[in-house]
Amino acid sequence: MSQEKHILPPADPQYIMDLLETIPDPEVPVLTILDLGIVRDVRVYPAAVDGGVPGVTVMITPTYNGCPAIDVITMTIRMILAAAGYDPVDVRTTLSPAWSTEWLSDKAREKLESFGIAPPNPVPSVCHLDLFVQDDAVRCPHCGSYHTEVVSRFGSTACKALYKCLDCREPFDYFKSH
Amino acid sequence: MPLLSYLLHLGDDALILGHRNSEWCGHGPVLEQDIALTNIALDLIGQARLFYQYAAEVKGDGATEDSLAYLRDVYDFRNCLLVEQPNGDWAHTILRQFLFSAYQYELYKALRESRDAQVSAIAVKSLKEVTYHLRWSGEWVVRLGDGTSESRRRMARALEDLWMFTGELFRPAPFEEVLALGAGVTVEALEEPWKAHIRRVFDEAGLDMPQTPAFQAGGKTGAHSEYLGHILADLQFMQRAYPGCNW
Repeated sequence: MSQEKHILPPADPQYIMDLLETIPDPEVPVLTILDLGIVRDVRVYPAAVDGGVPGVTVMITPTYNGCPAIDVITMTIRMILAAAGYDPVDVRTTLSPAWSTEWLSDKAREKLESFGIAPPNPVPSVCHLDLFVQDDAVRCPHCGSYHTEVVSRFGSTACKALYKCLDCREPFDYFKSH
Repeated sequence: MPLLSYLLHLGDDALILGHRNSEWCGHGPVLEQDIALTNIALDLIGQARLFYQYAAEVKGDGATEDSLAYLRDVYDFRNCLLVEQPNGDWAHTILRQFLFSAYQYELYKALRESRDAQVSAIAVKSLKEVTYHLRWSGEWVVRLGDGTSESRRRMARALEDLWMFTGELFRPAPFEEVLALGAGVTVEALEEPWKAHIRRVFDEAGLDMPQTPAFQAGGKTGAHSEYLGHILADLQFMQRAYPGCNW
């Protein structure tokens, strides 16, 4: 089997990153997996034999433990890189350091807000353990008011909470600071 | 092997409570609380998966997270009795979650210092999620305990039914004793901070700390109540009916 050199995928990690940049988060499709900060490392291994194809190892970290998106993301990475000609494609999961919304890019925050989801407050925190204590104010993505109120800390996906704006009266999702 | 038993114990606690909570899906009192409980179920099942994946690696012999969840029988499960108790009414479900989350909170906090790097990594990640569970269930304990006479009566009954299962959490199984200074923690040491938190919330809810002994135990060594068999009949149905089925 002969393979022509010019169709070999480049052994350049940046090329792989550009491919990964096209993969959306299945649950918040306005974000790519790079926006989310879950891609921790990409390594390209040169072809073992002359004229062979390079292999790739991609290290990702889950956002929330039970988030079903991680399986879809893993499969999509494998498919996209295999289609680009890399072989083998190894997607590994690492838990430490634990994912944090600090890793969201600035672009990701803007994208979330224009999509109608309030981006996480910049200082990562989970909820207070003290009962009925008000959490940090969250800005309404529709009208910009901070006069908002939590409806439920559990929303449509693990990463979001339900809020409502007391000024424009619109409900909205808040991407929890984590 | 103590580490394998320990990982299964941690995974089983999370899986069984996650499964119990998932039984509420579509039956919650209002939409937001239905969603909250299924979110908690998802977090717990996610934690179970991480422990099972690691357990499968430790076990070797081709075990997978799925074979550990679906192909073991009652006697092989190492979860405590508390998590397998029936959902009962909303008060029972809330109180069970609160008693267990308060324990899991102290447990994961301590396990962050585990000498086993993977156990520590799972604990660090999971602690953030458990904080939400503990806050949510604690607020509900106050709402019900300090609510109407009906909600208060139901909360008191749930407490009477469930308290007896809490002692087991702090009585070490053999594998916990062996690992206390290594991958695991000294579970006896978690009891005081656990009680302090329970007491704080009960004070706010106007509930009395039970004085009755929490004597029921056995789940961690495989002696389960009759409920676990029913849970597994449901949870493992597909694998029992169609062995090896995949999707």
